[in-house]
Amino acid sequence: MKGKLILEDGTTFRGQLFGGSNATTEGEVVFNTGMTGYQEILTDPSYCRQIVTLTYPLIGNYGTAKQFNQSRKSFVGGLVVGEICEKPSSSSMEKTLPEFLTAEKIPCLYDVDTRALTRKIRSAGTMKGVIVSEYTSQSTINEMMALPIRKNVVEQVTTPVSYTLDAREGAPYIVTMDFGIKKNILNALRKLGCKVTVVPAKTPAEAILALKPDGIFLSNGPGDPKDVPDIIREVKKLIGKRPMFGICLGHQILALAMGANTYKLKFGHRGSNQPVKNLETGKVAITAQNHGYAIDAKSLQGLPVKITHVSLNDGTIEGFRHTSLPISSVQYHPEAAPGPNDSVRLFDEFLAAMRNS
Amino acid sequence: MPKKKNLNKIIVIGSGPIIIGQAAEFDYAGSQACRSLKEEGLEVVLVNSNPATIMTDANIADRVYIEPLTVDFLTAIIEKERPDGLLATLGGQAGLNLAVQLAESGALEKYNVELLGTSIEAIKKAEDREMFKETMERIGEPIPESVIVEDIHGAIDFANQIGYPLIVRPAYTLGGTGGGIANNEEELIEITLRGLKYSMIGQVLIERSIAGWKEIEYEVMRDGNDNCITICSMENFDPVGVHTGDSIVVAPTQTLNDHEYQLLRSASLKIIRALEIEGGCNIQFALDPKSDNYYVIEVNPRVSRSSALASKATGYPIAKVSVKIAIGYTLDEIVNAVTKTTKACFEPSVDYIVVKFPRWPFDKFVYADTTLGTQMKATGEVMSLDRTFEGAILKAVRSLEIGVNRLHMDKMDDWDNAKIKKRLSRVDDERLFLIAEALRRGIATPEEIAEITKIDRWFIDKIKNIADMEVRLQKGELNAKALREAKLLGLSDKSVSELTGTAIKEIRDMRKQFKILPVYKMVDTCAAEFEAATPYYYSTYHGEVDEVEVSNKKKIIVLGSGPIRIGQGVEFDYCSVHSVWALREAGIEAIIINNNPETVSTDFDISDKLYFEPLTTEDVLNIVDKERPDGVIVQFGGQTAINLAASLAEAGVKIFGTSVDDIDRAEDRERFDEMLTELNIPRPKGISVTNLDDAITGAENIGYPVMVRPSYVLGGRAMEIVYNEEELRDYMSRAVKVTPDHPVLVDRYMQGTEVEVDAISDGVDVVIPGIMEHVERAGVHSGDSIAVYPPQTLPSKVIYTITDYTKRMALALKVKGLLNIQYVVADGKVYVIEVNPRSSRTVPFLSKVTNIKMVNVATRAALGKTLKEMGYYSGMVEPKPYVAVKAPVFSFAKMQDVDISLGPEMKSTGEVMGIDYHYARALYKAITGAGMNIPKNGCILFTVADKDKEEMKQLAKAFSELGFKIVATEGTAKALHSIGIDAEIVGKVHQRSTDIIQMIKLGKIHMVVNTQAPGKHIAKDGFRIRRATVELGVPCLTSLDTAWEVMRVLTFMRDRRLVYSLAIQDYVGGGDALA
Repeated sequence: MKGKLILEDGTTFRGQLFGGSNATTEGEVVFNTGMTGYQEILTDPSYCRQIVTLTYPLIGNYGTAKQFNQSRKSFVGGLVVGEICEKPSSSSMEKTLPEFLTAEKIPCLYDVDTRALTRKIRSAGTMKGVIVSEYTSQSTINEMMALPIRKNVVEQVTTPVSYTLDAREGAPYIVTMDFGIKKNILNALRKLGCKVTVVPAKTPAEAILALKPDGIFLSNGPGDPKDVPDIIREVKKLIGKRPMFGICLGHQILALAMGANTYKLKFGHRGSNQPVKNLETGKVAITAQNHGYAIDAKSLQGLPVKITHVSLNDGTIEGFRHTSLPISSVQYHPEAAPGPNDSVRLFDEFLAAMRNS
Repeated sequence: MPKKKNLNKIIVIGSGPIIIGQAAEFDYAGSQACRSLKEEGLEVVLVNSNPATIMTDANIADRVYIEPLTVDFLTAIIEKERPDGLLATLGGQAGLNLAVQLAESGALEKYNVELLGTSIEAIKKAEDREMFKETMERIGEPIPESVIVEDIHGAIDFANQIGYPLIVRPAYTLGGTGGGIANNEEELIEITLRGLKYSMIGQVLIERSIAGWKEIEYEVMRDGNDNCITICSMENFDPVGVHTGDSIVVAPTQTLNDHEYQLLRSASLKIIRALEIEGGCNIQFALDPKSDNYYVIEVNPRVSRSSALASKATGYPIAKVSVKIAIGYTLDEIVNAVTKTTKACFEPSVDYIVVKFPRWPFDKFVYADTTLGTQMKATGEVMSLDRTFEGAILKAVRSLEIGVNRLHMDKMDDWDNAKIKKRLSRVDDERLFLIAEALRRGIATPEEIAEITKIDRWFIDKIKNIADMEVRLQKGELNAKALREAKLLGLSDKSVSELTGTAIKEIRDMRKQFKILPVYKMVDTCAAEFEAATPYYYSTYHGEVDEVEVSNKKKIIVLGSGPIRIGQGVEFDYCSVHSVWALREAGIEAIIINNNPETVSTDFDISDKLYFEPLTTEDVLNIVDKERPDGVIVQFGGQTAINLAASLAEAGVKIFGTSVDDIDRAEDRERFDEMLTELNIPRPKGISVTNLDDAITGAENIGYPVMVRPSYVLGGRAMEIVYNEEELRDYMSRAVKVTPDHPVLVDRYMQGTEVEVDAISDGVDVVIPGIMEHVERAGVHSGDSIAVYPPQTLPSKVIYTITDYTKRMALALKVKGLLNIQYVVADGKVYVIEVNPRSSRTVPFLSKVTNIKMVNVATRAALGKTLKEMGYYSGMVEPKPYVAVKAPVFSFAKMQDVDISLGPEMKSTGEVMGIDYHYARALYKAITGAGMNIPKNGCILFTVADKDKEEMKQLAKAFSELGFKIVATEGTAKALHSIGIDAEIVGKVHQRSTDIIQMIKLGKIHMVVNTQAPGKHIAKDGFRIRRATVELGVPCLTSLDTAWEVMRVLTFMRDRRLVYSLAIQDYVGGGDALA
């Protein structure tokens, strides 16, 4: 069935609607430039409620398999692609992408000039959009467009109850605040031999400290970090108590908790090819990124914070550490999935920080 | 300024002549390197023996040496120039090998030259099999079980342990020379022996065959600060077993999930770090389609053919960045040339699919083995981009110029289902077309085909999409919906016409009526994430928005020359690029259309706009519709561009330069004859026939031997000299199939001196920059002859006549721009053989030696400037005081079953130049540069045809006087004994005791002079002898003319010191004449 993506400013992109006329959706439209990893993207909770367009035009070539899911379900608002592959080929495949989209109820518009869409977002900035069928009435479209961008996304994606991934006796113990954690972060921590307890996003600081962790991990997650003041307040209480490490939203929340400020990027960083320079070593790593917000460098002035990583593309802050405490965080995704594994040793550094304190 | 403060002057080594496995990509890499160094304010000295390249232009480097790429010459040049650094990683395997040799000879140390980029140690770690194996084992990267052997016994022992099939790969060669897959002991012995011969270090690797796995490549870069990035991943359509140069390749990988992609990417970074490569590098993997298991197959520690492909596929200038790394920059210091705002330290993301398709020379080498394996056979390649695989593969196929416009070969129509099915397991150049045929007929499912071919089913399903559409078009009615779907799948108007019977013109009109038009998208390295100003575009029917900004400036399209093939090599790219430069100089917007990823012309910063598209009428007209140029220039893109002139003109496009009608007058036999009659200019007697009887009667009238060929030819395609009726009958049965619509030409074969002329005309004046005399008498294709500028033996009367004829023909044809004429001089009389109203193979050579920017002048003439305005006057330009010799280079080692004897069919793949103030020295340089290992002493075998025996006597005598031992076959020996030469008689092939082949194998013969007896069938022994010389690297001269010149060189060498090197700037500048 014919469908279209209409942006806030009225720009329309035509395509085919997958899943019939009910498969309409609304949300912030973002693009990801990764050429592989569509399943990981679709199951990354950080994309909660967003309409994701993939710049690579041939999507679904290797199907999907459970092992690559990054969370219990997909939270994306919708998917916009060029060609969607109906006959994938891969020995690991369990479902085709169309089957996966149906099962996960992900609205999808395909046969779209995604490059034109990307150029639009790049120049006009991230904006809201709706995916509708050719029969959707203008009044429905207007209603959908009028809906505000949801602010309670962390709530939607975080674990409802805490759970623990056990390890051998005496293993380092990490409590993870789940703002929308990707499975591969947990895999990375477990690979280091850590015991990990994942707690809901709104767990009070006292409850976390009561678990007596060796370190506290702040996960990635969706949305504007300023939408979760309660969480920031709790994180503030944790500073100085235990070694901490944050990724993505966790990194932003940590910065806000330390008194810094964040702002929204024009169109964000989403892809598997983002160069990040480590200012301490002078070396560059290619990273996976998915963020629409960044830390305001000026707001760090006077804070006990040292910028450790910057984006080589636009100079934005990609990592910092506390000048005296074992606290550090990065904006990008060292756990990869999808994306390069170049920075996976950051988890080792966190482990070392826990051991040393 | 360069990071390394000690660098002021750098010597760059080019890759030499074009051969299979080492083509135009190194001209692209090398010229980018030189420009990049000059940008840094460094003085650049370039050495390359190949005159057909952009990189050997005097303005590319401060000092350009067109000299043989040997240790002797390089050492002499280093001694003279005293460079601070040597850059060899952009000169292909040839450059790399030379760097290793220079380091080992001590020359680098002696003259205190720093090897830039990857170190010798690192090169060895990647190239020496044992060291590579050790390194991979140390870092835990898997490589197939293997053993390195230096003799045949080791190979057999290993086979007994591991079993078959086994892959045999010689160490230190190019393009997989001498390698192969052995399925049994007999094959193992044969391939191993050959491999040992070709390996520069006498080593061969025998390894477990993993044929059938996915072949995946990564282009990786590393800087001195250990920053590593991957530029591009590539997936071979053909599974492991076919050389990547002979594989259809897509970029990025299509069937790898993120886990697999990252697995191999991480391995790539680990490997480049372990090898400590500084610059670009190519890593090949085999990935098990059924698991995560993989093997590292090969690492090229340098810029390679794949790097050129990756550069064009992504827009990332690998060569340029490699150079900056080599002089000390780190990736994060280098600006991304595409975005100008971001840095070179990132990984390109593409939002299209790229297909590379090899171009094989099997149309020339009709008897060659067309199966594909580990030894590369392609001479060139095309690349295409689209938003779908179907669109990209179809663009690639119609860029090949092999007479197909979709996945269909006419000849397969006659094959029955059983034959089609049976041949699916055959790995050859036609497999893609065969798969499509099987799918169209529905005689095999994609699953079955994937099982048989081991090609991933994803690709087969895509081919099925195309096949299904074709069947639909064949059965159904052509309406707007069907046409739109056909275009979305990438079928050309011509294909749709073929399938539906609707005229092409009608389809085009229909497309315009229903707005079924392509849009053009930009290649920008970043999938549109950042604003870019790269004027590099491709078309797609899958898009709503067109990104091209059409200017109001005066603009002209230059058509490129497509893939490198025998008969149309890098020299036409040279011409296209110079034409673009000339237009830009004149303030005109220059747009180039081409599809060859190896070339300079497809570098996005050469022209104002680059359209990476097939060179067909439809694809060009679509761009014309978009850009509305003032016109198109066709005379620089070889026959590819010329062939489009008529259809473009018919569509109302202005052709700048010689008119389409005049082009036809030169190419159409009858019209050409008419003109010559009017001008009273003689040509060898000939007729044009369309059937056998006429041919036989005609040939009798003309008198044997006759030269026969189809009327429209490129590079002497299907041209032969026949000596009698039987041979003529044989030829006619084979050749008429070549071009059914065109008659066959039968000409008197004149055994005279061949002369070639390139001239420029504006319609009023005709300037002749130079004349070249061929060493080999007429009958050997001009591209395979040694050409000498200026002529050494022609009397002034002949030169006067040639000047006069050239002038008159140019004016009669109303040439505006370049023309090329071939003459034969017999008994003092000049005959015209052929006129090409376009630029030719010899234009770069002649431009360089005469210091006349021929293409620039011709472009301006085509635009309407007069020669007088440009300062040129009618007539021959005064010859220079030096001599330049152009010698052909062949790739026979790569093509088994190909006869090396020279004839009217062109066989060479490239050329070298030798230049000096003395003819013999120039010739020596050319021959040395061509890689002919002329022995200074030893034993020469003579075995010549009866017709040549008289002439051979004097030649053998001369060699004998130089101290060579002469051996000969019985008949030849008798002739020699008659003049008192003590020639030892050797047995013919099969006569066991003194079998010639055995003697060659045992290294007892150091050079062979062999001429072919008339007739094609009696020459089997000769063929075996000639092939043996190729396999064993013994020079074999198949023309007495060449042999005479070699003798002259040897005589000269004996008396005088030989290695003098001067830069081209010295010659054309007229300085240092006494060197």
